[in-house]
Amino acid sequence: METQTAASAPSPSSISVPGPWRMAGRSLAANRSAMTALAALLLVTFACLLAPFYAGDVARTDPFTSNVAGSFMLDGHEVDIMQPNDNPLHLGLSPVGPTWNPSAYMLGADSQGRDVAARLLYGGRNSLLISFSAALVCIAIATLVGVSAGFFGGFVDTALSRLMDIMWAVPVYLFAISLSIVTISQGLKIGPFTIESDNLLIPIFIIALVYVPYAARPIRGRVMALRNAEFVMAARSLGVPQHRILLRDIVPNVSTTLVVLTPLLTALALLAESALSFLSIGVQAPAASWGTIIQDGEGLIYTRPMVAIAPGLAIVIVVLALNILGDGLRDALDVRETSRRGA
Amino acid sequence: MRLKSFLVFGGACALFATASATAFAEAPAPGAPASPHVGGTLRLAGQGMLGTMDPQVSYLHTAYQVLNVVYDGLTTFSKSPGSLTRQAIPDLAESLPPPEDGGLTYRFHLRHGLHFSSGKEVTPDDVAASMRRIFKVNSPTAGPYYSHIVGGAACLHDPDHCTLAGGVEPDDQNWTVTFHLTHPDSEFFDRLAFLHAAILPADAPTHDVGNDAAPGTGPYRIVSYDPNTGLRMERNPYFRQWDAEAQPAGYPDAITYTFGMDPEASVTAIENGQYDWMAENAPLDRLGEIGSRYADRVRLIDFLNLYYAALNVNIPPFNDLRVRQAFNYAINRKAMVIHAGGPAVSIPSCQLLPVGSPGFEPSCAYTRGASPEHPAQEWRAPDMERARQLIKEAGVSGQRVGIVSPSTPGYVAMANELRSTLADLGFVVSVRAITQAVQFTYIQNSDNRVQVGLTGWNADYPAASSYLQALLSCDTFTPHSDNSINISGFCDRSVDAIMDRAASVSVTDQKAGDALWAEASRAIMAQAPVVPLNQVRWVTLLSARVHGEIRAPIYEVVFSKFQLR
Repeated sequence: METQTAASAPSPSSISVPGPWRMAGRSLAANRSAMTALAALLLVTFACLLAPFYAGDVARTDPFTSNVAGSFMLDGHEVDIMQPNDNPLHLGLSPVGPTWNPSAYMLGADSQGRDVAARLLYGGRNSLLISFSAALVCIAIATLVGVSAGFFGGFVDTALSRLMDIMWAVPVYLFAISLSIVTISQGLKIGPFTIESDNLLIPIFIIALVYVPYAARPIRGRVMALRNAEFVMAARSLGVPQHRILLRDIVPNVSTTLVVLTPLLTALALLAESALSFLSIGVQAPAASWGTIIQDGEGLIYTRPMVAIAPGLAIVIVVLALNILGDGLRDALDVRETSRRGA
Repeated sequence: MRLKSFLVFGGACALFATASATAFAEAPAPGAPASPHVGGTLRLAGQGMLGTMDPQVSYLHTAYQVLNVVYDGLTTFSKSPGSLTRQAIPDLAESLPPPEDGGLTYRFHLRHGLHFSSGKEVTPDDVAASMRRIFKVNSPTAGPYYSHIVGGAACLHDPDHCTLAGGVEPDDQNWTVTFHLTHPDSEFFDRLAFLHAAILPADAPTHDVGNDAAPGTGPYRIVSYDPNTGLRMERNPYFRQWDAEAQPAGYPDAITYTFGMDPEASVTAIENGQYDWMAENAPLDRLGEIGSRYADRVRLIDFLNLYYAALNVNIPPFNDLRVRQAFNYAINRKAMVIHAGGPAVSIPSCQLLPVGSPGFEPSCAYTRGASPEHPAQEWRAPDMERARQLIKEAGVSGQRVGIVSPSTPGYVAMANELRSTLADLGFVVSVRAITQAVQFTYIQNSDNRVQVGLTGWNADYPAASSYLQALLSCDTFTPHSDNSINISGFCDRSVDAIMDRAASVSVTDQKAGDALWAEASRAIMAQAPVVPLNQVRWVTLLSARVHGEIRAPIYEVVFSKFQLR
């Protein structure tokens, strides 16, 4: 019996124990909500990447040029983009509404006579690019700040933590608006380099900066916990240099926090970008973002609500998907949660 | 028997009381017109504030509409519908006096029996003091409109000790006020009709009164004003109508003005009967709705106005005439009309004189098939081919151009149209939208190096000079100043000479003067310091209870003429 048992039991070297990332991947894959959210995100991103193809080959329109005096063909008929309102005083003209025909102003036109569908896709490229880039930059800065403060402690911790406290004390949108107004009006000059006011780097860095305290604080807390962990103490007692402990023991163990934070910060950055662009201090015309398109639609809310609804809906879908995905990642990467599920 | 007598007596008393009350209710308030539609409170709504209530300082059109039912000048503009080019008429003066000394002297006879809302009688001394006060409060138009009164130049330099000695002479014996000018002025009556020449009591403070309005002579007096919330006007108990055209008696008993209502909210509130009138033009997205559902309550109001893009002629790329002309050829004015609400409410503009103003002659130098030498009668279409040719010759393609626009949606739409046009011509273009109150001074200061400033201009009074001379003469360009209304920084002495001649000839021969103003307009457009865009009609919505004719040129609407059902 014993022999049989010994023969049937796998040897320790042949046991295939999945790594934590693989376990997290499996856990995430099993989470239907997170997978649906990921699919929605990929779909939106893919559609936005096709913007030049849609504008150039399908809709055959320039989404950045005013075209109020123009016309287009619909079912063999020439249709004016701006159409007179039906009233006895002949007051006002309204942009053409949704035709639901992909090649002819599918979602209608905005007040500049531009194709809303094409602008929605181009706007999505900018919104997603800015929000994802801002989240990555924010994570990078927050990691530097949080790890330094948590690992070194003492004066470094005090100085960085107070700086974060000061930034945290200022409402995030007020902070972002203030920075945007300054940089949008003059551009940004850093030494020999000049960033023009319409450069996307400006909203990316502003949004990244204002969210640093929100990411740095949990990272610092995680590092402080790790600093006193047994394996770190052991490494210290063995005389492992600090930079090696930092890179080999601390940072890899913080990475799960960073992964969980990324989609959540992207969602926050997307909302911030939309708000700044809606206030004309984010993406600058003629470039589009979902925020600028909502602003374009504000004046058409009674007659052509689709101009504001379409980008609003896109923002809701993406933010919701990012939050669900973030929750899924947190569940998947949470060791205790995973252990409980495994048990 | 006793009971019967009591009942009879009681019934008689009740009948008497009812009859008295009815008679009392039907008796018009003092100074009110004899009409069944007298009474009620007119409720106005507006987005912005009205600023100071000092008639000699305020330069906001919305305040002008309020103050013109509170104050009067020696002359005024008719407060009844009519031509946009109507001249000034007598107001506190009995008549327009004939010019003496070759147009250097005017002797006004003041009407008798006029009173301020404080009860004080209006005297020639009040008129003289009011003229001095224009300088003492540093009225924005003290220099351009009134400094040619003898002593005016000295008053400009030392306002605190302004006497206008030898310039304005009150005569209590003959009840006259005599003005002496340094040079003849064909627009003198118009300038006296402008709000800044309002007559106030001689003891009115010699500083901007701000929120505490001084007594006036009009049918209403301001009883409360909070710049952040609102204003209330009630009847001036001392007002008696002297000329229905100059200052008509008011129908409403009181007028309230609520601030902070954006145009969208105002339209909805008027539709719901919560307000009677809104200060702003109806928003473009509501035009279709109000045009179809409330056509009988919509008023289209013609007034002298113009939207244009001022090109800075002193810095690249618009220091090159070919570039300025190219921009003028390329702009799609039909698009500008569409942005303003369509052909029912807007027409394209080809020159800086609006249609209907004195001196206007149809002429469009920059349209397909036309040129400054051979202008067309009206705008036809953009000439992109010619525009691109001019840009190629100038070699400026690829340069950066900045447009500074007010941040209101209508202006931003126009600015984006300009951006598209310039981008089509090969420029790298950016648009900066700034709050209108800031933008208007920002684009005037040459230190800000604004290349294209988008703005609009309403006439203070119907005269060609208030466009051409005010906006594009050498005298109105003041480098490094926020108060330099010649936004383009344009200065051409030969054009100035034509305008000076036009002003001079107009004193004696208005027709010949107008022809010279038309010539000046063509000469200016040959230099293309601006891109005229369009002229609009004002669309306003009234509540269901408002009726009567409320329109008047210059003022657009006259609040005292609103009749409430």
